[in-house]
Amino acid sequence: MIDASLALVAESEFVRPAIDWHAAAPELILLAWGALVTVIDLIWLERSRRFMPSLAGLGFLAALVPVVTLWASDDSVRTMFDGAYVVDKYSLVLKALFLVTGYIIVLISTNYMADGDYYDSEYYQLIAASVLGMLVMTSARDLISIFVAIELVSIPAYLMAAWRKRDLKSNEAGLKYMLMGVFASGILLYGMSLLYGVTGETKLTGIAEQLNSDGRPLLSLAVIFTVIGFGFKVSAVPFHTWAPDTYEGAPTPLTAFLAVASKAAGFVALLSVVLVALPKQSDVVEPLLWILAAVTMTVGNLLAMRQTNIVRMLAYSGVAQAGYMLAPLAVYSIGELNSVAIGGSVASSIVSYLLIYAATNLGAFAVVIAVARKTRSGEIVSYGGLFKYAPGLTVLMTIFLISFAGVPPVGAWLGKLQLFLTVLESQTVAGVVLAVIMAINSVLAAYYYFFIAKQMWFMPVANQDSAPVVIPAPLKLALLLTVALTLAGGLGAFTGIANL
Amino acid sequence: MFLNQFLFFAAILFSIGVYGVLTRKNGVLVLLSIELILNAVNINLIAFGAYHQDLSGQVFALFIIAVAAAEVGVGLAIVLLIYRNRRSIDVSEADLLKG
Repeated sequence: MIDASLALVAESEFVRPAIDWHAAAPELILLAWGALVTVIDLIWLERSRRFMPSLAGLGFLAALVPVVTLWASDDSVRTMFDGAYVVDKYSLVLKALFLVTGYIIVLISTNYMADGDYYDSEYYQLIAASVLGMLVMTSARDLISIFVAIELVSIPAYLMAAWRKRDLKSNEAGLKYMLMGVFASGILLYGMSLLYGVTGETKLTGIAEQLNSDGRPLLSLAVIFTVIGFGFKVSAVPFHTWAPDTYEGAPTPLTAFLAVASKAAGFVALLSVVLVALPKQSDVVEPLLWILAAVTMTVGNLLAMRQTNIVRMLAYSGVAQAGYMLAPLAVYSIGELNSVAIGGSVASSIVSYLLIYAATNLGAFAVVIAVARKTRSGEIVSYGGLFKYAPGLTVLMTIFLISFAGVPPVGAWLGKLQLFLTVLESQTVAGVVLAVIMAINSVLAAYYYFFIAKQMWFMPVANQDSAPVVIPAPLKLALLLTVALTLAGGLGAFTGIANL
Repeated sequence: MFLNQFLFFAAILFSIGVYGVLTRKNGVLVLLSIELILNAVNINLIAFGAYHQDLSGQVFALFIIAVAAAEVGVGLAIVLLIYRNRRSIDVSEADLLKG
């Protein structure tokens, strides 16, 4: 059998596939830049440490240029390698999201990672490698490249989570993240192998062509394993247990990276697989994702309420928001789905929520990092009386919290509204019930967001120490960028971009 | 073509791997169990590849082997880190973070 297939390959002459260099430019620039900073670090060692963050940050901005030119070009959908690699509006929006996120992460890491006498140059190279994986992920339309992209995102992140080598908490965060991440990859791969077995294709469009609407048992098994694997990656309940522990123990900038970029990458892959490969399998996928979405948002919010550490609270709030983002996927059969390019109201609503979610989360983590510079603590009580000595940070944090809670006109309310409307668009009982669960959860979530606001504005100063917080310039820039994006998002700046 | 045998074998290997991940306390043995899962996937892919007379299953398996090597490299590094700080690789003792 294998001999026969090998002979088949030997007979056909090899033809180099055409490569659209413009479409691949963002990935290539980031790859080259990552290699460049690695070499510079190896040559100059300690001397390059001062300018390494700025140099790495420039790479993300440089890779953003071809994304913008691709957006402006007339070719709206570019496909390479027989449709295994697709650059469409969906992937370009997400590439921009990941590059900007990468840049902001570099800004907030700049004075943080070297703290405690840790060598930090490799950190920026690992961030670049991880973001490269995310860029590939947005365009990957083939099981093999999706798998490789997921691993390229995750493996550097395992290392970065355990960055503080002598800190037991950081060790533990790295260990838990690595074990759960690799285990999840294994389960995901088992699902993918069954998907390949049922169809004989690894390309997502090919899988969709091979599958007809009748659900065979093996196919259901493949879908269940695949969705569980992605459930780990996007920290959906009950596969979320690693997230709060890893978030608390890892260095806080890396936590922001995991909470925003890594989670978004998981969503991107889930969206590609569900929307492109399984458009007709909604009878298997939808109930599964419905349960995941409902349980994730409810459990995430309930557990967030009882947290005393702000990073853990943000972790559980991230779990809850993953639940909101899963909700449109529970009714994904509403759209017309048989094309190479990803689009439609389901993808649009999730992408526009991802954009605003990224801006708000990065901002909240930047405030947490700024405050921790003085208080050295992540406990919520240590935010008492923040307004008295850091009014600027208090106002910013309040904006981010209002955005999380979904109160107009700031931040995430618009994204949340779109998610709601998409779920209601289905006009089924399941859709309406899910929308009601979302509404109840939004109210629940407001409780713990405003609890922090109350601490900052009305409580007495913790430890009687009201010396001002010193914020380094890169962190200031990150705060300004995120608050501007959050406010712009609330006023509808992203809805046009994310309308796929 | 006896596809069934390969699939049963892979399923058993996968189940042993999952059982190992969930019950083993030794960090290295957890990594070993994860390797069992990945090898079950490889067997699946190669069997299906032969069944469909399609090479992409084998290519996929090659990628998994390469990535698994990287994963285990990073994994063992982290386990070694834990050992240096704690003198133990019992994963159930890593319980500083909870709640």
